[in-house]
Amino acid sequence: MSERISLLATERAEEWLLKPGVYFMQGNIASAEAALIAGCRFFAGYPITPSNEIAEHMSRRLPQVGGYFIQFEDEIASVNAIIGAAYGGVKSMTATSGPGFSLMQEAIGLAAMIEAPIVIVDVQRAGPSTGIPTLVGQGDIMQAKWGSHGDYEVVAYLPNSVQEMFDLTIEAFNTAWEYRVPVIVLADQSVGQMIERLRVPPLDEIKIVERKAPTVPPEEYLPFDSRYLVPPMAVAGEGYRFHVTSLLHTDKGYPTTSHEHSVKLITRLIRKIRENEKIIGRYEALALDDADLVVVAYGITSRSALRAVREARREGLKVGLFRPITAWPFPYWGLREAVDRGAKILVVEINMGQMVRVVREYYSNLVEIHFMPWAPGAVPRPHDILLKIKEVYGGE
Amino acid sequence: MPDKVSVEVVMPIRGRRPLNLTRFLKPVGRPAVNINVCKGCGFCIEFCPVGVLEFSDGVNVWGYQYPVVRRGMEYSCVNCGMCERVCPELAIEVVEEPSIPYEVRWVE
Amino acid sequence: MSSGLRLGLRTESIKSLLRLERFPHIWCPGCGIGTVVKCFAEAVLKSDIPVEKHVVVSGIGCTSRAPGYLKLDGFHVIHGRATPFAVGLKTVRQDLEVTVIAGDGDILAIGGNHFIHAIRRNDDINVILVNNFIYGMTGGQYGPTTTKGSVTTTSPYGYIEGSFNVPYLAAALGANFVARWTPLHTKELTAAMLEMFKVDGFAIIEVVSPCLIYGEMNNLPPLEVMKLFRDRTVIDHEADLSKIDIDLRNPEKPIVLGNFVKRSRPSYQTLVRELIKKARGR
Repeated sequence: MSERISLLATERAEEWLLKPGVYFMQGNIASAEAALIAGCRFFAGYPITPSNEIAEHMSRRLPQVGGYFIQFEDEIASVNAIIGAAYGGVKSMTATSGPGFSLMQEAIGLAAMIEAPIVIVDVQRAGPSTGIPTLVGQGDIMQAKWGSHGDYEVVAYLPNSVQEMFDLTIEAFNTAWEYRVPVIVLADQSVGQMIERLRVPPLDEIKIVERKAPTVPPEEYLPFDSRYLVPPMAVAGEGYRFHVTSLLHTDKGYPTTSHEHSVKLITRLIRKIRENEKIIGRYEALALDDADLVVVAYGITSRSALRAVREARREGLKVGLFRPITAWPFPYWGLREAVDRGAKILVVEINMGQMVRVVREYYSNLVEIHFMPWAPGAVPRPHDILLKIKEVYGGE
Repeated sequence: MPDKVSVEVVMPIRGRRPLNLTRFLKPVGRPAVNINVCKGCGFCIEFCPVGVLEFSDGVNVWGYQYPVVRRGMEYSCVNCGMCERVCPELAIEVVEEPSIPYEVRWVE
Repeated sequence: MSSGLRLGLRTESIKSLLRLERFPHIWCPGCGIGTVVKCFAEAVLKSDIPVEKHVVVSGIGCTSRAPGYLKLDGFHVIHGRATPFAVGLKTVRQDLEVTVIAGDGDILAIGGNHFIHAIRRNDDINVILVNNFIYGMTGGQYGPTTTKGSVTTTSPYGYIEGSFNVPYLAAALGANFVARWTPLHTKELTAAMLEMFKVDGFAIIEVVSPCLIYGEMNNLPPLEVMKLFRDRTVIDHEADLSKIDIDLRNPEKPIVLGNFVKRSRPSYQTLVRELIKKARGR
C-alpha cells in the first residue's frame, strides 16, 4: 500500500536523474542537476539573487530523488546544516551570492578545520555590500580563499559556460569528498543565468567519488589520523563514537593546546591540498606557445577575452589566453613556460584587482604584469579588452 | 560491625505496633571517595539525608578538602546513593555493605 | 535487600559512556554540568535507542564541552550553530537521535535565530540548555538570561536588561516538549531526558545550574544555589509559564520546575519525508 521511504537520504534514484542527451538549459539549473547526479541528497539554502534558480530547482527535484531540501532562516544556518549532513554521510550543498557568502565564512573555516566535505555554489554578483543583485561581478575570488580566519585551504572552481556549470559541479563534489575539504563553485551571474547548450553524458561515463570509509574497527579508529594526508572519514551512527571539535585537536579528535599538535594538524590541512595542487588545479591555455602577451581571464570575462584574443591574432599580434579553471589552487604552473619566454601578462577581471594579485605573487619579479580592472555590473566587451591588449602589447 | 542497629521508634498511633518492624534490615553503605578527583564542592555533604559526611581536615593534591565519613557514623549510611547522584565529578560512590537488623525500642 | 532504596543506575554502569581518560573534567567546583552529563549518560543507557544511534552536538561555552566527555558520536562545532548542524544531520539521517547540549548564551544569544526557527519548524531534535545565567567560559560576561541587578564582568554597575524566560519562550514558539529541572533533581532530570528521546518534534529541557563564576560576583556560591534548589523550588507541571521566570538573587521568587509542555505537532522531518511521496506523484 504505502511505499517505505528510507530514513536515510542515500538513494541513487537513477530513474529520476537527468537523462543523457543534449539540452538547452540555464547555468544555475545545470549546476543543480549535476549535483543530483553527483549524489547530492541535501540542499540547505537561503534565497539570494542571482542564485535562486538553484534553490528553487532543488526544492522541486530533491524530493523526487529521495533527498531533502530546507530553506533555512539565513545563510549561516544553511552552511552549518550542510556540514551536519556531511557528517551524516550525505552529500550536501548550498548556493548563494556575495553577501550570503560573506555570512558563510566562519562555517567554511569550521568545514576546513573538521575536514567536512561540502559544496558551496557562489553565483557572484556586483558588490560590495548589496551592490547590484541582478548583475555580474567577480569580486569573491579573494574571499573564497581568505574569507575565514586562520590558515586553511579550499578548492574553488571558475565555470565559464553552462557546460562547465554542470561539469565543474560534479567535479566539486568529487574533490570535496576525495580531500575532505570545502569546495566553492565560483560562478558569476552571467554564467549562472545564461541559457546554453548542455551535453549530459551517459551516467557510466561520469566519474563519481564516494567517501573513503575507515577500514579499522571503532576502537582503533582515529578521526583525524595524521598518518594519512586525508584521513578516512567515519560518519555518525555507525558505532565509531568519535569526537569532532572545532578546537585544535589531536588525531583522536580531542581538544589540545599543544604547539606540537598545531604543527601537525595545521600543516597537514595545508599540505593535503598544496601537495595535490597539480592534480586538483586546472586551467585552459590557448595559443600560449608563441605568445608575447598572455591574457589571464576567467568566468564570463574569459568568453569576452577569447574573442579579443582571436581578433588580436587576426591583426597579427601574438596574444594567448590563459583561463584558470580553478581559482584555488591557482594553476600558476600553466603560465611558467610563457613567463620563461618573457611574455607579458594582462589580467582582466570584473573587480578592482583580485586574481591579478595572485599572478603578481608568482611572477611579478620575472615579467611585466598588467591589469585591466572592470567595475562590477557589466562584462568588459571584446572591444574594450582588445584596446587594452593593443595598449599593453605595443607601447611601454 | 555491630550485629544490631538500635533504633528508637516513636509510635504515631497509640497502642498500634506494626508486627513486622523487627524483620526489616537497615541497609548499609560505605561511601568510597576518589580523593584526588574531588573538587570540594560540598554537595554530597549537604545532601546526604543522614548527614554521614563532613569535610576532611587535610586536602588532596589539588588543594581541595574532600568528604570523609563522620566519626561514629560508619554504619549510618543507608546506601541511598544521593551523594553519588549529586556529585558532578564521579568522586564519590557508595559500596553496598551487608544490612544490619534493627533493635526496636518502642516509645509511646 | 537494600537495593530498592538506590536512586537510579550506579555510577559504575554509566562509566561505559564516559571518556574516562579525559577526567577530571574542566568544570569548576560546584558546576552543575558534570551532573547533567551523568544524567544524560544514564538516560542514553536506559533509552530504547541503541547507543550508537545517539549523537550529541554542541556549540561553544562551558556546557558545550559536554560531548567531549561522552563516548558517543559528538560534534563540538561553532558558537551558536549547534542547532542548524543538528537539524541538517537529523534531516538526512532520521535513524539518529540527535541532542544539542549547549548553554544559555550559545543557544539564545548568537544562536537565538536558529532556536526560534527550529522550534517553528518543529525540528525533531532534543536540546538540553544548561542555564547558568552567565557566559562562564569567557570569564563571566552577561547573557540573555542574566537577571536584573546581577554583577558580571560587563555589567559592573548591575545588569539593566531584561532576560528570557526559557520555558515560556519555547512553549510560545510551539515546542512539543518543554521542561525545567536542576542538577539536584537528578531523578526527574533523567526521566525528563528519557521522555525527550521519545518525542517526535522539538524537545527542550532547561537545566538551571549553579556557576562558580556567576556566584563569585553575586554572592551565590554553588553550594548555596544548590540549597536554593532544595528549599526554594516548586514543582508544578501546570504552572502558568508567563510567571515562572527565575531570579536566583531574589529570595521572594520561587524557582518553578516541571515537565510543562507535552504536545504532538508533527515534526518537520516527518513532514519532509511525506514530500518525497508527493513529489513522486503517489
